[in-house]
Amino acid sequence: MKSRWRVLENKIFVKWLSIIAIVTMILLLIFFITLLVSSWPAIKANGFGILWRKTWDPVHNNYGMLPFLVGTLITSFLALLISAPFSIAAALFLGEYYPKGAIPNIFRNVIELLAAIPSVVYGFWGLYTLAPLVSKLELKMNLPAPGVGIFTASIVLSIMLIPYSVSLIRQVISMTPVSLKEAAYALGSTRAEVITKVIIPSNISGISAGFLLSLGRALGETMAITILIGNSPEMPHNIFSPSYTMASVIANEFTEAVGDVYLSTLIEVGLLLFVVTTIINLIGRIIIKKVSY
Amino acid sequence: MTPFDIHSLRGRRIKDRIFTSMVWVLTFSCLAVVFIILFYLFKMGLGSLNWALFSQGPKPVGETGGGILNAIVGSLIVVVLATIIAIPIGISAGIYLAENRGRKLSDWVALAVDVLQGIPSIVIGVVIYIWIVKPTGKFSAYSGSIALAIMMLPPIIKNTEETLILIPTTLKEASLALGASYFRTTMKILLPAGIGGIFSGCIIGVARIAGEVAPLLFTAFGNPELIFDPRKPVDTIPKVIFTYASSPYDDWHRIAWGGSLILVLFIILLNTIIKIFESRWKVQF
Repeated sequence: MKSRWRVLENKIFVKWLSIIAIVTMILLLIFFITLLVSSWPAIKANGFGILWRKTWDPVHNNYGMLPFLVGTLITSFLALLISAPFSIAAALFLGEYYPKGAIPNIFRNVIELLAAIPSVVYGFWGLYTLAPLVSKLELKMNLPAPGVGIFTASIVLSIMLIPYSVSLIRQVISMTPVSLKEAAYALGSTRAEVITKVIIPSNISGISAGFLLSLGRALGETMAITILIGNSPEMPHNIFSPSYTMASVIANEFTEAVGDVYLSTLIEVGLLLFVVTTIINLIGRIIIKKVSY
Repeated sequence: MTPFDIHSLRGRRIKDRIFTSMVWVLTFSCLAVVFIILFYLFKMGLGSLNWALFSQGPKPVGETGGGILNAIVGSLIVVVLATIIAIPIGISAGIYLAENRGRKLSDWVALAVDVLQGIPSIVIGVVIYIWIVKPTGKFSAYSGSIALAIMMLPPIIKNTEETLILIPTTLKEASLALGASYFRTTMKILLPAGIGGIFSGCIIGVARIAGEVAPLLFTAFGNPELIFDPRKPVDTIPKVIFTYASSPYDDWHRIAWGGSLILVLFIILLNTIIKIFESRWKVQF
């Protein structure tokens, strides 16, 4: 009797593992279907025009998300651009210059602390410290000076991206074959030349994948940006303008959305965000996987 | 040849020096940013830590004082429930991946887990809203927990897998040879041997979700009252920080700084535990 139970429990266990694995695998597909079904009324009502219409006017059921698309893209790319030199330098420092030892280890842990700070705390900190500084800068440049806007949001976002891109790029860089580096040194190269002419070119696809994954994270970052971007559904005039991102429009308006089309349109924004980040992550992960072998 | 000709040996050396110092300067500015943020957080947060912060709920608008007791309890409910949901599922998926390496299906599962990690948390909130909040018609702590549980899965799955593949197959074969079933072998041999790595995966998961607000905005929502019922909406510490940070009241900002410091200290504590586990309990054979 007992042994029969053991056979049964074993069978159940093996089945359970497979079921969990399959559910995990199709979870993304279930997400996609859920979002697509719920945003279908909006997709039908808004058509493709929602992608290039410039006015967001929920009161009159007139939806265009071009300002959010532009706001999201500018904020993310600006953040990526600001953080790139820092990320590459820190990744070189930890992956090439000082890959082992106690002090680099401490450095790595300190940089990883940046990942321990929640998004909302970054937003709060930025609002208190960075926004007044940016506001002063704007006054000097004779611009309207709210302090919050694309520029402030991008700076804080760039800090948030650093731990993520550093760890990805460091992994890629530290996998450079030693023989390749030694060959370059043997030809008389300096360290800077080895880095710029051998290490970076030979790992360019892995480094790009690291930045691509950071971009995916930047696109979906919500709370810090919601606090810092100024929440204005207008087309931005310059990089100091208050703007809006796809994620922060969902965060701000979702619970207040009255009417089915309004809610459904916000879900449509979420669907677009989901599709874009999924594709970016898929490409990034596949490249990283190829590079690792 | 002029001394500044970059192709001369001297020029190349200077270029190398400049490059190296740039790397140092940029790396140290990363470190400086960490200290600036933490310094500011401590400066603003330490002043607002008092007993009322931990023992009282929020006061009505206009009155000063009050605390975040309701949010601390709410955060505990939401995070503990999310952990209870995520751990069995995450570990099971991790076992599957470790035991079925090389199969087509497990490659796909592993890729899906990696991509899941990159899905914006706000989108997960929207999905859970559609799944649970909309059909039941009300916001609830447990719907927030489910959203957070999904976010916890990737680190638990990855850590379980990476720990289990380090355990030598001889250990497993010895158990199977003694007549133990696959289930018994997993439960009594594999999981106990890898408990350190699996546990640290779970803590990484908790650290990842402890500060999340985005998936809770339309699930756990928020509630100024002290609630112990997971079927009701609850406040969480990060949600309170968000609400108070965007308010115009100085006293609310003070409370938000206190909440931020508590939250960051808690997550740093979790990270320290992970480091200790990784250095002491790492599977070694």
